[in-house]
Amino acid sequence: MERKTKIDAENGKQEVVITREFDLPLALLFKAYSEAEIVEQWMGTKVLKLENKKHGGWEFETKNAEGKVVFQASGVIHDFVRDQKIVRTFEMGNAPFDVQLEFLEFEKLTENTSKLVMKSIYRSVALRDQVLALPFAYGINMAHNRLEEIVNKLK
Amino acid sequence: MNLRRDVFQAIADPTRRTILLLVASQSMTAGAIASNFDTARPTVSKHLQILTECELLKQKQNGREIYYHTNPKKMKEVADFIEPFRAMWEERFNKLETIMKKYKNK
Repeated sequence: MERKTKIDAENGKQEVVITREFDLPLALLFKAYSEAEIVEQWMGTKVLKLENKKHGGWEFETKNAEGKVVFQASGVIHDFVRDQKIVRTFEMGNAPFDVQLEFLEFEKLTENTSKLVMKSIYRSVALRDQVLALPFAYGINMAHNRLEEIVNKLK
Repeated sequence: MNLRRDVFQAIADPTRRTILLLVASQSMTAGAIASNFDTARPTVSKHLQILTECELLKQKQNGREIYYHTNPKKMKEVADFIEPFRAMWEERFNKLETIMKKYKNK
């Protein structure tokens, strides 16, 4: 499959740039970021709060089947310009990654295509590298746990 | 699993990344590596120790000298470490696109 999503993470820098082009008109792409019910669908999390305005706040939360909170993130919306940009902070709850600053820029390419450039700035280079490695480390852990399960069954 | 995390701590340091780049092209002694830095020799030794412990570097005895070379298998892991992050966003964005296409056609 074509790689539509691009990650730029220069060595020794504390920022990451995620770029993606969508087969969607700009207004629809922006809607996916500004309407709580839609964000819930593609982010796979519950949206507790999403105040789309300067100095507004946002809060996401995901619970597992037992009702235990497994993911929590929140932040402040610093700027919100429809069909153009969102500037916000992002902080994961119960995680040692500190807060990150995010600049989301939405751009019209054609009537039916659009582009999102998301720039995240972390407190330090080391923290950025840790966040980048999260899905990798998680994947390793998952594989490790599965291996452990299999080994335990063999016992 | 702590070993794995150490790989990322190892490459988070700019001096260690430079060492990996240096050694990637040719195997080198600790002295030759240290001559590329202004930092004290024991500091470079400490970096080499960390890189060796997490298996990014391997040692090979050649006469009286110990040469360091990169471990290609481990280096590939590091080079690929960003891919799961990209894949995670790709999956999210694909989902967003699918949902909004349905939304448009409603």
